[in-house]
Amino acid sequence: MTTQTVAAVRSDVHPAARTLAERHRPRAWEVVPWLAAIAFFFALPTHLGFGTELLITILFALSLDLVLGYAGIVTLGHAVFFGVGAYTVGMLAKYGIWSEPITGLLIAAAAAAVVGLGSGLVLLRTTGLTLLMLTLCTRALLEEAANLGHDWTGGFDGLDSVPIQPIFGIFEFNPLYLTTQYVYALVVLFVGFLIVRTIVYAPFGQSLTGIRENTLRMHAVGAPVNARLVTCYTISAAIAGVAGAVWAQANLYVNLSTLGLDRAATVLIILALGGYGRLYGAFIGAILYMVLSHYLAKAYPTAWQLGLGLLLMVIALCARNGMIGIVEPLLQRWRRVRSAP
Amino acid sequence: MPWVAWNNAGMAVARDTGGSRNMRRTSLYGKVQGRQGMKSRMLLLAVLVLVSGAAMAQEIKVGVILPFSGIGAEFGQQTERGINLYMKLNADRMKPYTFRLIKRDEKDASGASAKVVVQELLTQDKVDILLGWIYSPNAIATAAQVTAGKVPAIITNAGTAHITTLSPNYARVSFSMWHAGYAMGEAAATQLKAKTAVVGYSDFPPGKDSLNAFRTAFEASGGKVIDEIPMGGPAAVPDMTPFFQRAKEKQPDVLFVFVPAGDHATAVTRTYAALGMKEAGIKLIGPGDITQDNKLQAMGNAAVGLTTMHHYNADLDNAENQRFVAAWKQDYGADSVPDFMAVGGYDGMAAVVHVAHAQQGKITVEGAMTALKGWTFDSPRGPISIDPETRDIVMNEYLSEVVMQGGRLVQKSTSRIDAVKDPCKVLKIGPCANIPK
Amino acid sequence: MINGVDVIGMLLGGLAAGMVLFIVSVGLSVTMGLMGFANLAHGSFAMLGGYVIVLSMHRLGLGFVSALLLGFVVVALVSIPVERLLYRRLYRAAELDQVLFTIGLVFALSAAVTLLIGPENQQLVLPQVLQGQLDIGITRYRTYSLLLIVVGTLIAILLWLAFERTLIGAQIRAAVDNRRMAASLGINVDRLFTITFALGSGMAALGGGLGAEFLGLDPQYALKYLVYFLIVVAVGGLGRVSGVFSAALILGLMDFVLKKYLPKGGTLFIYVLTILLLLWRPQGLFGRAAR
Repeated sequence: MTTQTVAAVRSDVHPAARTLAERHRPRAWEVVPWLAAIAFFFALPTHLGFGTELLITILFALSLDLVLGYAGIVTLGHAVFFGVGAYTVGMLAKYGIWSEPITGLLIAAAAAAVVGLGSGLVLLRTTGLTLLMLTLCTRALLEEAANLGHDWTGGFDGLDSVPIQPIFGIFEFNPLYLTTQYVYALVVLFVGFLIVRTIVYAPFGQSLTGIRENTLRMHAVGAPVNARLVTCYTISAAIAGVAGAVWAQANLYVNLSTLGLDRAATVLIILALGGYGRLYGAFIGAILYMVLSHYLAKAYPTAWQLGLGLLLMVIALCARNGMIGIVEPLLQRWRRVRSAP
Repeated sequence: MPWVAWNNAGMAVARDTGGSRNMRRTSLYGKVQGRQGMKSRMLLLAVLVLVSGAAMAQEIKVGVILPFSGIGAEFGQQTERGINLYMKLNADRMKPYTFRLIKRDEKDASGASAKVVVQELLTQDKVDILLGWIYSPNAIATAAQVTAGKVPAIITNAGTAHITTLSPNYARVSFSMWHAGYAMGEAAATQLKAKTAVVGYSDFPPGKDSLNAFRTAFEASGGKVIDEIPMGGPAAVPDMTPFFQRAKEKQPDVLFVFVPAGDHATAVTRTYAALGMKEAGIKLIGPGDITQDNKLQAMGNAAVGLTTMHHYNADLDNAENQRFVAAWKQDYGADSVPDFMAVGGYDGMAAVVHVAHAQQGKITVEGAMTALKGWTFDSPRGPISIDPETRDIVMNEYLSEVVMQGGRLVQKSTSRIDAVKDPCKVLKIGPCANIPK
Repeated sequence: MINGVDVIGMLLGGLAAGMVLFIVSVGLSVTMGLMGFANLAHGSFAMLGGYVIVLSMHRLGLGFVSALLLGFVVVALVSIPVERLLYRRLYRAAELDQVLFTIGLVFALSAAVTLLIGPENQQLVLPQVLQGQLDIGITRYRTYSLLLIVVGTLIAILLWLAFERTLIGAQIRAAVDNRRMAASLGINVDRLFTITFALGSGMAALGGGLGAEFLGLDPQYALKYLVYFLIVVAVGGLGRVSGVFSAALILGLMDFVLKKYLPKGGTLFIYVLTILLLLWRPQGLFGRAAR
């Protein structure tokens, strides 16, 4: 073929093909959340406790999105991995075994991954209500076990004053002024986000979406469905474990609430609010939920629970994919209007 | 005051001790104002400054941390009512200071919410003093922040014994689980003449504290605890039947029960009666949490004969309490009753006011803690004081029995132990042994 | 050691606990089996029923039995528009949306109750005759527990008769087994759904009232006991009254026995048991194997 026709063919590549091939390229606006996070650090230095909690929640929600939004596994027990990560770091530090923060994260990730692998192999053979029940029971089981083992885990009261070494020996974790914690959480979130993003746009991530949409078909094309699901679950568990570990380090404290039903349900609600299977749903949902809950719940706690309940009902009935489900069609319509000849 | 520092290059300045009131000033636009207008403007400004400055020196910001939502909301409400009642009944004692209560929701016993709340109260609202804590896990979780934040913190409920050892800035006006548990253990052996006991307890730190306290005292006084039954966590199903069945079969002289106030407490008397344990000769005893005043009437006949050891019940017969209960019923309804959480709030506020007076409105943590150590007060529960060594409460314990009087259930005090210090710290048991000064 | 009287006491205690679980959960099992809908808000209907019953006894002075009937009727009637207008839209929705909707409903109802009535727990004062003990020859046992056992068994028999011997019962069973086929036979499946939902919610209300003595009653009721009701249904198998009955009794007994003899680990075992059971038979003890 002549160079001219080759060029002609290239420019004739179907826009859909081009979109799919270029999906993973970072877009300009993707810088915005990180800039906003940095701006928050300077603009609101007294709100860093809230900010750190928010960053950790986003990371946790991202890990759940991998499992829920992409692989389609509905679980109410994801707090298990958060708690495993938190307790690993907490107990290692409290009993003087290991208190370096960054390597602590890696150990926590490994511990959570082990639990994820084990439970995934066993539980992911089931689906639907059975799987939901199993995840619920596993979480409850672990919480009970942690309470029974209160001599090591601190039980209901938890482990307080967990001694975490300063990062690189310089940046201390202060219980009152959380500047170190905030930056630390931000960096960890960034790395975690990059990992999730890479997975999602890789062929592995695509196959997860396929499994979610049509499991039978995936079996038919020969994809190792169960292996993929378990791998996804394990990776998600590791990330959730890291989120839990950061929580324990930032708060210098760990207790049963890290494993609680409240935490497991809240992260699910956050993804529902923001939109699941869409990467930034975790960000939107977490910010929306935590800001509203922090300010509304402070002032009107019962009205908050009522409003949240009604909002969830509305989202489930109408806006099937949270904020993204509402905003995206509007954006597309606006784009279409704009580019219309 | 920086904004009254005028730039007066070239102007002769006559200063007096009142600040810059007599200074001539040029306006920002370089014009010299008329003398008359300037003087009255200055005066007004000065008065405003003085008033606001005075108000600032005399307004004490109190950070109140209580559960205002969720299952604990009723405890938060009782405590808040106690605080408000103190401020109402003792308005003259509070002058010339004004107290601004900044209330924040500790939500639940998870520790996490409390940490955020305390951090914000200290760094954003910059409170002078902290007051509250219903849940022990929250007091434990926020100890490090209270120490780092350098403010005095007065605990109005959280009862796990070693809490006051976790920070030198904690002072407790409520109770330690050992106050009632230990005293009951002694009383069970010496006054109730019990030889054997079974202990049923909710499986979380206050329950374990209660168990240890009772057992230590009971066995030191010659008794024997023949069975210890953990009855699930505080969030477990409030059905005591299997546990009480087991206790009944052991045939002890007394059954000592600790469960958190709320639906667990009401289930205790019901199950006790329904299983016929009274007829089987087993006496039900416990700390006052199981006969919480505002739930007592609903327990019905089953509660008659219940013997408890506590530092407060609404039927206590002293002048302060009579005034307290009367004012309570007037404000909150004739059917409403105060309980130990309300008294915690009442006495907690009294402590705050004491600190304000002792430090003339300028609260520092060292001065406040010194003022609190050894503080005495006539509370509705009787005379109380703060132990200078442990910063924990010293108060009377009353052995009471529930009786039916005029169609109502009333707690009749049969004996009283004066000035009880927290036995856990006196005996230096476990974590109570390390007390920071 | 363990003698005959103890064993009987254990049996009775466990059965009574199981009966409460059964009465509340039977509605959930049937509606889930019929509609394939994960209704996590079932406990909220039990809570509503409990509140109606307790409040009508306290504020309207109704007797225990009348209050129970009132609770059943009120909640059943209230659930009809809820099903028609809200639940119906989600029958074909993704499982996640069903979970979210019902969690939202739980929150909304809990908050509504807190706002309207208050956050404290409500006390159900049983009629005098039901408090205390009853002599049954071999031993004396708690009257109320005995009553629960009798009532629960009666309800189970009635339900079984209704399902096995009436036309509508047959229609429901047909629709549970194969909805499309049932519809193509001319059965009005929509109407069946509504009736079943109303009955199920009414049963939950009854269970909420009857069980208030053991489970208490406060606005957070549905969240506290969510896992227990779901466990009973999952273990029993969806859509089968006999399944729920057996599962509730087995779980009630095991829970009682474990709590009595192994209080330290008692609460743990129920979860271990459920997990093992569901792994062995994902469809529950009596459910149909996955289609």
